[in-house]
Formats: sequence, structure tokens, C-alpha cells
Amino acid sequence: MRHDHLISANQLTREDIEAVLDRAADIAENPAAFREQQAGSVLALCFFEPSTRTKMSFDTAMKRLGGDTTDMGSVESSSVKKGESLADTVRVIQGYADAIVLRHPSEGAAKMASEFADVPIVNAGDGAGQHPSQTLLDLFTIRENAGLDDLTIGIMGDLKYGRTVHSLASALTNFDARQHFISPESLRLPRSVRFDLHEEGAQVREHTDLDEVLSELDVLYVTRIQRERFPDENEYHKVAGEYQIDLDTLDAASDDLTVMHPLPRVDEIAPEIDETAYATYFEQAHNGVPVRMALLDSLLTHE
Amino acid sequence: MSEHELRVSKIRNGTVIDHVSGGQALNVLAILGIDGEAGESVSLGINVPSDRLGKKDIVKVEDRELSQSEVDVLSLIAPEATINIVRDYEVADKLRVERPDFVTGVLSCPNRNCITQANEPVVSKFDVVDDGVRCTYCSTIVREDIADHLDVD
Repeated sequence: MRHDHLISANQLTREDIEAVLDRAADIAENPAAFREQQAGSVLALCFFEPSTRTKMSFDTAMKRLGGDTTDMGSVESSSVKKGESLADTVRVIQGYADAIVLRHPSEGAAKMASEFADVPIVNAGDGAGQHPSQTLLDLFTIRENAGLDDLTIGIMGDLKYGRTVHSLASALTNFDARQHFISPESLRLPRSVRFDLHEEGAQVREHTDLDEVLSELDVLYVTRIQRERFPDENEYHKVAGEYQIDLDTLDAASDDLTVMHPLPRVDEIAPEIDETAYATYFEQAHNGVPVRMALLDSLLTHE
Repeated sequence: MSEHELRVSKIRNGTVIDHVSGGQALNVLAILGIDGEAGESVSLGINVPSDRLGKKDIVKVEDRELSQSEVDVLSLIAPEATINIVRDYEVADKLRVERPDFVTGVLSCPNRNCITQANEPVVSKFDVVDDGVRCTYCSTIVREDIADHLDVD
């Protein structure tokens, strides 16, 4: 990849994306060929917020490339607890590793960190901002299941605070994709994302009701609506309930619909869907490893 | 000589910032970092009647010539402003307010969860977009009441 860091999906061209996805496909097909690819390299895992999938898949990805990882551990056990700034933390850790994967609760954290680091920074989530490596594995999954061109996708749930949504929406502007955004009024896409989509001339429509568009969709990307986004419990249950899907909901869907979710889910997708051909979210999560292998290899070799 | 020019006397050398949106003169001074401590004489007209703007402000700073980059920052709050550089009572140069590509250290991000609002060694930076500004770090867009977000002493 010609980029020094991966901070936002906005920085990615179609060529960048396809290069990573092609490499990920090669890795998935023949992982043994990449076993020594990053031997001797170390990846630092700096997660200032909890993570299971992202952290473990980056850890696994680096190890499967023959490299190793070093983990900052939880905030409670690190110097951050003593009041160290993120800028200082990054300046120190870059001396221990060849690249840094960073998750942080503040928007713009990865962008700032990249200004203090001479090694590649990968944004693994900055508050309600961006999560571009998730987007790469989402795109990989979409490409494998539905194709990235002439795509009609519905993105549903918490579109306001959902960083996976912001990155995915932005990256999809590189492709011939019609994007439908389905959410309660209070959780619509933020102004900055709508601005970018408009600037890119994206084909975008917003809905409050999935039924308006479900039958047209090739992919339905579901995200979790979090309790803390609502002032009271009743309002949360009322709203969240309208954006959960089960087999009845999918009656109107195409048989070829691909249902995705960045996980973790709570009750947005009924377990009865798990065993159907619609369910693609576990495959999606598994794709995190080859895609992150491809991403890390690309950043570390500057190719 | 029109009525408003009578209110604020001519200067010998310096900069006249005219056609500032009514009520923004003090913000203009704040952006330019002019607080009188450097000893320069500053004259202000606030809410002066204007044919073009209805009401306008006018700022005259003696013995200081503003640079184009200083002037450009003013575009955020005073897009209609005209700037005359005065030497020996004559207008020696006229500068146009042009929108810069970005502004650094002038505005504070309204997103309290932005990294520029944390205790980090980072200066705010905003990209100037069509009808507003956008935080380079968290992408928050500010369109209305930009002057409310001025981060100047």
C-alpha cells in the first residue's frame, strides 16, 4: 500500500482496496506461502478500549505472517493510568515495534498518533470515528458473497455512532454501490459522513423502516444499537426492537440476501437466522485474519 | 466622505479592515491576536450603517500591515471584509479576503470527544470546506456560528 498509515477509509482508493483484497484472497488460498513473510517483525497492540475480535485477529494475523506481537495490556495496567498522553505513549511504543494497531475512545486519536509516529499506525477504532480495517474485511466478505459492483446494500442500526458504518459507507463510494441507510431518526448518519457521500456523488437514500427497501437488497449490514445512546430504558427497547431481524422479517428479502454484522451482536439478529444461507457474519469475522494479514504485510512492505 | 468614515479618524500607516459583518470587530481583533499589548493604536467602529451590509464593523490598526495569510483567516467570520494597507494616509495596497485551505490554532473543535479536546500536545486544525470548516482530526463540520468556536486569547 502506498500509504504510511491506515487512519480512515476516506484515504482509500479503489486500487488500494482491491490490492489488499486480492492479497487477502491469495493468503486465504495459500496461507503457507506467507508463513515467513513478516518473520522478525513486531506489531504493537495498543487498545485503550476493550476488544475481542479486532485485537485477536490482528494478533493472529501477525503471528501467521511469522511475526510477533507485543500488547500494551489494559489501560488500568499501563502508564496511561499515570496520566501519560497518547502522544508520549506512541512515541515510546514505536521504539518497540514495527507497526502499531491503535484503538482509542477519542475521535481523531489515530490521526494524531500518526503525527508522532515513524512506524505505521493502523486505526482499529477511534471513538465514533472510523474503523477502516473492519471495512476491508467487510468489503472482502461482500466481494466474495455479492460482488462489489452493481451492489445494493442496506446499512441498519446505529449509523450515528457506528464507526464501522462510517468507514464502510465511505469506502463503498469507490464502487458502483447503491447505499440505503436504515435507522431511527436520532441515529442517522452524522453530518460529516453525509457530506463526504454527497461530495463523492454516492447513490444514497435514508429510511426509518427496513421494509421500504429490504426486497431490493443484495446485502443487509446490521449494527448494534447501544443502550447508552438513549435517555431511558423504555425508549431504547422501543426503538431497538424496530431494528431487529428474524426469519419473519426476512420473508420479503431476496433468497440471495447476505446478512452481515461487525459483531458483537446482542439481539439485533435472531439466532434462528444463524443456520440459514443468509448468515454471513461469522464468515465475516473469520475473514478478519487473512484481510489483516494482507493489510499488515502491505503496510510493512510498503507495497 | 461618508458618515461612517467621520466616526473613526484616518490613520497614517497601518491596516483598515472594512466591511466586517456587524458585531464581529472584536472577534477580528482576537483572531489577529491584537490586544493592544504591542502598543499599536486600534480604532473600532461597531454596527456602523452600511449600504452593502446594513450594519458593518470597521477596524483600523496603526503601524501594522497584515499579511495575506492573516487576512485569509478573517474569511471565516468576515467573508465580505475589504482590507486596505495604508502608507502615509494613502491606500498603498488592497488585499482580498480569500478562503484558506485550512486554519490552525484559531478554532476549537465543538466535539468534546475529539482528540484535540483531550490533554494532548496537538493544535486544532480545520480544513475549510464549501460552507464551513471541518476538524482535520475528528471530521466534525461547523457551518453555523463559527465565531462561537474561536479559540483565541
